[in-house]
Amino acid sequence: MTADSASDVLLRTPLHNLHREFGAKIVPFAGYEMPVQYPAGIIAEHQHARAAAGLFDVSHMGQVRLDGPAAARALETLVPGDIEGLPQGHTRYTLFTNEAGGILDDLMVTNNGDHLFLVVNAACKAADIAHLKAGIGARIKVTELADRALLALQGPQAAAVVARLAPETARMKFMTFGRVRLGGIECWLTRSGYTGEDGFEISVPAASAERLARLLLAEAEVKPVGLGARDSLRLEAGLCLYGHDIDTTTTPVEANLNWAIGKRRRAGGGFPGATKILNQLTEGAPRLRVGILPEGRAPAREHTQVTDAAGKPVGEITSGGYGPTVGGPVAMGYVARAAAAEGATVNLVVRGVPRPARIAKLPFVPHRYHRG
Amino acid sequence: MSEMKFTNEHEWIRIEGDIGTIGITDYAQSQLGDVVYVELPAVGKKVTKGGDAAVVESVKAASEVYAPLAGEVTAINDHLTGNPGLVNSAPTGDGWFFKLKIADKGELAGLMDEGAYKKFIEGLS
Repeated sequence: MTADSASDVLLRTPLHNLHREFGAKIVPFAGYEMPVQYPAGIIAEHQHARAAAGLFDVSHMGQVRLDGPAAARALETLVPGDIEGLPQGHTRYTLFTNEAGGILDDLMVTNNGDHLFLVVNAACKAADIAHLKAGIGARIKVTELADRALLALQGPQAAAVVARLAPETARMKFMTFGRVRLGGIECWLTRSGYTGEDGFEISVPAASAERLARLLLAEAEVKPVGLGARDSLRLEAGLCLYGHDIDTTTTPVEANLNWAIGKRRRAGGGFPGATKILNQLTEGAPRLRVGILPEGRAPAREHTQVTDAAGKPVGEITSGGYGPTVGGPVAMGYVARAAAAEGATVNLVVRGVPRPARIAKLPFVPHRYHRG
Repeated sequence: MSEMKFTNEHEWIRIEGDIGTIGITDYAQSQLGDVVYVELPAVGKKVTKGGDAAVVESVKAASEVYAPLAGEVTAINDHLTGNPGLVNSAPTGDGWFFKLKIADKGELAGLMDEGAYKKFIEGLS
């Protein structure tokens, strides 16, 4: 037995008992026991989130608060996003970069007036907090909000469900923040998500998380959705999964995340790896993250080699599988710039056999965010 | 009367004369979840006992299907191309993968009968 080693012990979210009660299949993920699917199965859960409202437990993610004068200016020394220009009550997607221009993590930042509220990836949260403390900890107080859970309610009926409990949320637009009571529980909502659908991410005190989840699941439109469907939903939406589609070896420009580099930051730099990233922004990157649509039925998984018509390797799949809404295989990956034009034909070498595919526009399923 | 045998890789084989029909077990399909793609061997392909014969893919991952016995593929289930979900809904019926002309029926002795397979999967949970 090696279970006495601390690193072998899997953590549980405050909703663990609820997942069991709903018959979830539990798997280890980023150090947590997480529900990969419920009895309905990944395809049915995926389609429910596209058609109605799916409830996800994402409490394994890190929630962090930054306090101190000019916290936005301080955070800008670690990310290429325009944080100083982020209006109060608004949320922005950004990236921690390193000196080589690679990506340490992707995150959401909300300006809450007297502090910034960050949501970071589960697998990166310890490193992110250490990175924040080392980089700006002398000026800014960095606090992990370990006593809060995070739920996501995603789908075209999510807004109606939340508005039934808190009518004032109907006014919220995509990427805005609100403090509201849901069933008497004080929650922090951001109108955002990881599915391409309208919906909310809901930060809630851990002690009230199960009560909130039951309240939401009691609504007719809502069913629980596991991490399996979360992955197929975000893949169809063209959204990156850290550690797969982006990591320390990929730059924001290569990852086709130029939109996350603030206009003001392009002129001023001042974030890790700025020289390389801004150079790639003007000169172009040697490779690019693109959508890839296999022409046959066979899914092409992560690490599948991409070749050109002549059989020369031009890249690699970083996320690939079956897209239930698309009704066939979908993938994304990095290819050499010369091979990255939309519509270009490539081959995917699956089990030693090259299979035709083409470079496709992302997302595979149009985003349906509530931009107001 | 046909006879059904099982492997510890969760394939089943139904024997009728010298022809075996092969698929994956209900336990296997429940572990995989929704099947979205099946890749079948070519008719005429010679397979070896325990060798790669087919591929079954769920939303999450691809898994090999091994030949329970050596032989030559005589038929494949074309319905799985358009309807791979048959593997979930009828794993030991319409969700069969391929048929094999068995090279050596002596190899059957190494496979489990239904009772032994049930005990085997009980030991896995």
